[in-house]
Amino acid sequence: MKRFWALLFLMVPVFGVLTFVVAPYFNHWFPKDISEHGRVIDQLFMFILWLTGIIFVATEGALCYFAWKYDSRTNPEPAKFSHGSHTLEVVWTILPAVTLLFIAIYQMNAWADAKMRRPNIPVTAEITGRQFNWDVRYPGPDGKLHSRDDIVRVDGDIHFPSGEEVLLIIKSADVLHSFFLPNLRMKQDVVPGMEQYMWFKARDTGRYDIVCAELCGWGHYKMKGRATFEPRSEFDAWLKEKIADQKTRTVPANETEEE
Amino acid sequence: MSTVTVDTHAHEHVEHAHTGSFLSTYVFSRDHKIIGIQFLFSTLLWFFIGGLLALGVRWQLAYPWAEMPILGKLLFSEYGGQIAPETYTMLFTMHATVMIFLVIIPILAGAFGNFLIPLMIGAEDMAFPTLNMMSYWFMWPAFLAFGASFFVEGGPGAGWTSYPPLSLTMTPQALWLIGLTSVGVASMMGSVNYLTTIIQMRAPGMSMFRLPMTIWAMFITAILQAFALPVLTAAGFMQLADLTLGTGFFLPEGWTANNAARASGGGQPLLWQHLFWFYSHPAVYIMILPAMGMVSDIIACFARKPLFGYKPMVYSIAGIAGLGFIVWGHHMFVSGMNPVLGMTFMVATMFIALPSAIKVFNWLGTIWGAKIQFTTPMLFAMSFVSMFIIGGLSGIFMAATPVDIFIHDTYFIVAHFHYVLFAGTAMAVFGAIYFWFPKMFGRMMNDNWGKLHFMLTFIFLNCVFYPMHILGVVGFPRRLADPYHYETFRHLLPLNQFITICAILMVGTQIIFIVNFFYSIFFGPPAGRNPWHANTLEWQAPSPPGHGNFDFQPVIYRGPYEYGSPEVDTDYYPQTQPPPQKDTPQSPSGH
Ligand code: HEM
Ligand SMILES: [Cu+2]
Ligand SMILES: [Cu+2]
Repeated sequence: MKRFWALLFLMVPVFGVLTFVVAPYFNHWFPKDISEHGRVIDQLFMFILWLTGIIFVATEGALCYFAWKYDSRTNPEPAKFSHGSHTLEVVWTILPAVTLLFIAIYQMNAWADAKMRRPNIPVTAEITGRQFNWDVRYPGPDGKLHSRDDIVRVDGDIHFPSGEEVLLIIKSADVLHSFFLPNLRMKQDVVPGMEQYMWFKARDTGRYDIVCAELCGWGHYKMKGRATFEPRSEFDAWLKEKIADQKTRTVPANETEEE
Repeated sequence: MSTVTVDTHAHEHVEHAHTGSFLSTYVFSRDHKIIGIQFLFSTLLWFFIGGLLALGVRWQLAYPWAEMPILGKLLFSEYGGQIAPETYTMLFTMHATVMIFLVIIPILAGAFGNFLIPLMIGAEDMAFPTLNMMSYWFMWPAFLAFGASFFVEGGPGAGWTSYPPLSLTMTPQALWLIGLTSVGVASMMGSVNYLTTIIQMRAPGMSMFRLPMTIWAMFITAILQAFALPVLTAAGFMQLADLTLGTGFFLPEGWTANNAARASGGGQPLLWQHLFWFYSHPAVYIMILPAMGMVSDIIACFARKPLFGYKPMVYSIAGIAGLGFIVWGHHMFVSGMNPVLGMTFMVATMFIALPSAIKVFNWLGTIWGAKIQFTTPMLFAMSFVSMFIIGGLSGIFMAATPVDIFIHDTYFIVAHFHYVLFAGTAMAVFGAIYFWFPKMFGRMMNDNWGKLHFMLTFIFLNCVFYPMHILGVVGFPRRLADPYHYETFRHLLPLNQFITICAILMVGTQIIFIVNFFYSIFFGPPAGRNPWHANTLEWQAPSPPGHGNFDFQPVIYRGPYEYGSPEVDTDYYPQTQPPPQKDTPQSPSGH
């Protein structure tokens, strides 16, 4: 097996590409995207995947071709006594530089949409991470947060209206956490002492996971919330029900879901 | 150990203390070669421990809350043999801590830097031998502190990044921070030594642009350490003060945990992240540049052809190091840092992929038109190139800020840094051990067993780390003891079981290496001075080199990569060999 090592190196691009081709067919791919802006992120990922995929196949291919061709046991020709090539160096500096600059500029808009262009609308809810639960506070009928009629939920069951822009304040009561909505391609660390905004527009309904994506202690793994996206009318009805609920019992300040 | 042979000084040099007692020769040695080998043995031992910790993590991800066979009863008897969630956080925290601070950083700079720098530049030892000895012995407080931290309240559990405020709620973190700062002090001593030695002690004729890439890489790494480490050390002391003295550098006003308020405050948790990554991003290059240097030397040697683009290779290392100081914010895109700042860091991060690409192209240029000898070190070096391509390309996904919103803190990141650090650096280190073993111990390692070790490690590592990209695309978060109670990730269990099985096999494969390594130290065939027919200076010294290294005064006539030069009949042309036109050479180099 003279060519064994070249063939072993060939397995890298072969299986490398194959893995990414078959994974979606086994549902090992992006979770369902229910947001407006998520498409842009997925497309950017796919764009980079194609681009890097081509470079990957080309460079790995060259490596195994050279390993095949220039094996000292099979190649009678003497080694080329070359110290390099100025032209090549210039080419393979400029080409990647231009490509990288392009990717850098191309993505800026998506980043600005996700993190910089906060919509000018009232806050839908305030979400607080605490070891190990996501609490939510809705403004209540007066539309103001931190007033007497706020609706506070500490059971990790959080509802959002879908089909419209939603603005959240997210913060932490103790250590770092990260508010991660895989199905909306949204993630933001929450930092004690800081108030941050998050916004999105869901274009579908359903119940999805809220994941904590920043290590927050031994119970990090169980800091799971559930996000329900529903049409405005259902959302309002749900809020009303919770207001009625709250009137009959006072919300304990530090209730956690499962222990 | 047969590391020090009888002194054969052919020329006079400053005599070091030759007391010859066992303690001063092998334990408190000031000889750079012994210190290098001490680093090598210590780090290889920790490498093994780190590997076992990783298997603990993998076990939990494949068989969550299942009783671990045999070991579980021994280690976690109080939980009925299963891994408790706090044990799980300890396992991944200490796996990363051990691998980064006790294995990769000290094995590159400490073991190979120490052993190779004086030999490759033609010096008889380091500039400051005593400081050098201390740089090894300052690793011991780290070994002891990290080692002891396992036994305090279940061990540190704030991740290798030790983000406050979580880290400030944990007592074992004090030991962890002491360990971290000792590693910093040890590296600092080493880097001062390397810089001085490389600048001051090169043999006659060894100009900077005749240095082998290994030395260039060590030189630039030492600069990185000298500038970045003080920041980490300061930050480490600040966190230690927050933890033990009640200061509040990293705590906001009015912060409480477990319903207990802290009087102090007025600080910022993000400050730690800035300081930590200001060191730790350059540190990821500290963890790969020396490997790149060694890989360049190994590839040129077994391609029997000059290194393609020597100067671009040097400049791109310098470029990586320079840019490495202005990209730390890419670890903080979603941390709450100002998004405008994130955009700036994104542009700088994109551009750090450029010198990495240039290096890959030049390695490919080196094996183009070559006469490749597929020895074990060459296979490891070529696999470094192949794997670094993957790790470099996955970096671009995460540098793209909108994509990073989704893949940050998922297994995509885990795949990325294992491709650069395990499939890259660790494979390069294996290659370097096979390559320089003859110089260290005077004997050869077995090549066939070496190839088997290479092949199995190469296959299993790809089975372990490549599918992690896919996990990341699904959004599978890192550091979760039980990801499967999220519906989104439930179907990923079988893939994780496959990964775990391959990881166990990969660790098992290392037994081949361990046996080959120790057997060869004692029974390997004698190597002679230059078994690989290499050009660089260390191969002209005896194997193993005696005290003072060279038994002749090395004079350097050319660069390190004149393989296949038409000037001579041999396909190599040692740096010390005088050019043929200078009539009969005095042939100082006995080969
Ligand atoms: C081609 C150049 C590279 C680029 C563009 C790049 C980019 C990145 C980015 C953006 C992240 C942060 C991802 C996140 O947390 O969301 C990251 C993480 C990381 N990178 Fe790289 N990287 C490159 C090369 C390297 C190299 C050469 C190494 C090591 C030798 C390395 C080691 C790491 C490590 C250890 C982490 C994860 C740290 C942690 O969160 O625990 N990277 N890289
Ligand atoms: Cu968490
Ligand atoms: Cu980085």
